Amino acid sequence: MFRNPLIPKMIVMYPIMVLLVFPWAVSFEIKNIRIDVVDHSKSTYSRRLTDKIEASGYFILNDTPPDYRTAMWNMEQGETDMILEIPPSFDVDMVKNRASGVGMAVNSVNGTQGLLGSNYITQIVNDFSSELRSELMHTLPPQSRVSLMRMAQIDIVPQYKYNPSLDYKNFMIPGFMVLLLTLICGILPALNIVMEKENGTIQQINVTPVSRILFILAKLIPFWVVGLVVMIISVSAAYLLYGLWPAGSLLAVLFCAIVFILSISGLGLIISNYSETMQQASFLVMFFILILILLGGMFTPVSSMPAWAQLIAAINPFSYLTNTFRMLYLNGSTLADVSGNLLALGAIAVVLNGWAVISYKKRG
Amino acid sequence: MKQFIAFVNKEFRHILRDNRTLLIIFGIPVVQILLFGFAINMEVQDIRVAIYDPTPDALTTGITERIRQSAYFNYQGNMQSMVDVEVAMRKGKLDLAVVFPQNFQESLVHSRKAAIQLLSDSSDPNRGSISTTYATAVIARFQQEQSDLIQIPFQIQTENRMIYNPLMKSSYMFVPGIMGLVMMIICTIMTSVSIVREKERGTMEVLLASPLRLGTMIFAKTIPYMVISFIDFIIILLLSYFVLGVPVNGSLLLLFLVAILYIMLSLSYGLTVSTMVEKQLNAVIFSAITAMIPVLMLSGMIFPIDNMPHLLQALSVIVPARWFIDVVRKVMIQGLGITMIWKEILMLIGMTLFLLGVTIAKTKKRLE
Repeated sequence: MFRNPLIPKMIVMYPIMVLLVFPWAVSFEIKNIRIDVVDHSKSTYSRRLTDKIEASGYFILNDTPPDYRTAMWNMEQGETDMILEIPPSFDVDMVKNRASGVGMAVNSVNGTQGLLGSNYITQIVNDFSSELRSELMHTLPPQSRVSLMRMAQIDIVPQYKYNPSLDYKNFMIPGFMVLLLTLICGILPALNIVMEKENGTIQQINVTPVSRILFILAKLIPFWVVGLVVMIISVSAAYLLYGLWPAGSLLAVLFCAIVFILSISGLGLIISNYSETMQQASFLVMFFILILILLGGMFTPVSSMPAWAQLIAAINPFSYLTNTFRMLYLNGSTLADVSGNLLALGAIAVVLNGWAVISYKKRG
Repeated sequence: MKQFIAFVNKEFRHILRDNRTLLIIFGIPVVQILLFGFAINMEVQDIRVAIYDPTPDALTTGITERIRQSAYFNYQGNMQSMVDVEVAMRKGKLDLAVVFPQNFQESLVHSRKAAIQLLSDSSDPNRGSISTTYATAVIARFQQEQSDLIQIPFQIQTENRMIYNPLMKSSYMFVPGIMGLVMMIICTIMTSVSIVREKERGTMEVLLASPLRLGTMIFAKTIPYMVISFIDFIIILLLSYFVLGVPVNGSLLLLFLVAILYIMLSLSYGLTVSTMVEKQLNAVIFSAITAMIPVLMLSGMIFPIDNMPHLLQALSVIVPARWFIDVVRKVMIQGLGITMIWKEILMLIGMTLFLLGVTIAKTKKRLE
């Protein structure tokens, strides 16, 4: 395997590159939402609201067009994400009727972003209205002023455990480690046996007196070593680049990785056994890897998937290891806390490798 | 021209001969678009919540009851102590704990102030902050119902309209992304591996010795793949429309045009890869690592590009899928016309020409 100069290079460089670049791309924390404010009111209050939105840090005031149509045009051009429309009677309503309203249009092609953006605006508008409430309190009739003052107040104290700065990188880096293991320890074995088939060297092994189990085991060991090297490089890179070190035990991290590598390499060998050409094997392995990754809870939560997809996650080694790594890295779980996941990974490894042994036929 | 047709014919036979590969090429997109279209979802649901309430009273049981009834929460019961809360969270069995202080109601009545602590497992920041937000909203609503004022004065109502995706379906966001990802992977691996195979076996030399011009030959080689990929695209599109319910609001013709451009670009990338490696294994590794992770991470498929640091935004410019996914969203979902997407189309054309140029230059160099 190491005769091929690309592979050792990849094993060392690829984890470092991936961990260096891609964690930065991950963020759902939305900061720079571009907003157009259509201010029909042009009053002190409407201007104060606009300033408040601009000062919040979540929004960039893109434009203040004269009418909704221009704002909509901006949205179609992709220049703005949201439109806030303030009605002409905004300030009059506020003073006379003690209530007012604003309209909002959100580009929601990206549903989460749309929802978050509109939540932020609602929050800012609510803050603004309580600001006005305390300023305009004296205009209220005395009785309702008293009952307003007497309203009891419940303070809500959120505490974000395990990741107090809500940093997405901490959450994704353990995921990237699993991704790297999956790619490297999945693709290499998938192409391994089929390559021997194409080159014809498999015939020689078929006529040697080596048992099928021994053959598969011997095939597994190099990938196992490769995976362990990838893991050690990734753990060091995560520490050196981001200061991220398992809050639980490092040995537990490595041990879980070892079991995972066996199962994913087993999957690769099965694919290799069933494929006739390397092209077939590469399509199949990419097919399975994509499913493992996208349904494995790295990017989107498993709990929000429909029941049948959660069933797939229940036999998905990727999902178990991602979950385990996150617990070991962030929640400070012990090996005992993740023993359920570890058992599942072990069972998957045994089944897949057993299958790999059975599907390897010495004939044909 | 006759030579050209003969050549295309030969390439078609090559591919059609191999039934199994063909089945794989057509089967993969079908399975993936269905799996991912239904299963990938950003919404935070099924938040496992537990209550710690040392001294239950009317208010705390009221709030507990509201949380139990909320569709967002999956109530796990009352915890006996804070230690239990910690342990459950460390084992990953709990997302959120609502912690009431001692004598909640009493202190609220007497001092008009009381605090509720919301403890969230924020190893997933998104989940952590959203579950906190939901719980806050439930408590606030409960409080408002309890207060004797029917209407709080000086409130500003916000009326929200969700444009383009009123039902907030995740599939509107993800289907274009999955199209970009699946097409890129299939096209790149298909071309790079099959050409490198010819190199490995030595049949490439035979082809190069034929009187066909180099450019024509490369073009002829890609035509069958273009046809196959386009059929793939149509299958994906039909499934998205009829099964996943993603609308096609813009012009279908425009969508096809963009798809063909993107397919040409992905195939050209496969060609470029094939000039850089000598072994099939390396072709697969190279295609996989350069086509998959960058598309997943930097195309805007899952993570919005606007949120990234400037350096990565600049890097995402060279990811072809970024432009394709952008155009597909604009045409399919926003229903925009060509005047709104010409920039992206020019980018796709530019990249294709660049990659083809590199391929031809590299192949020529090899021949000399």
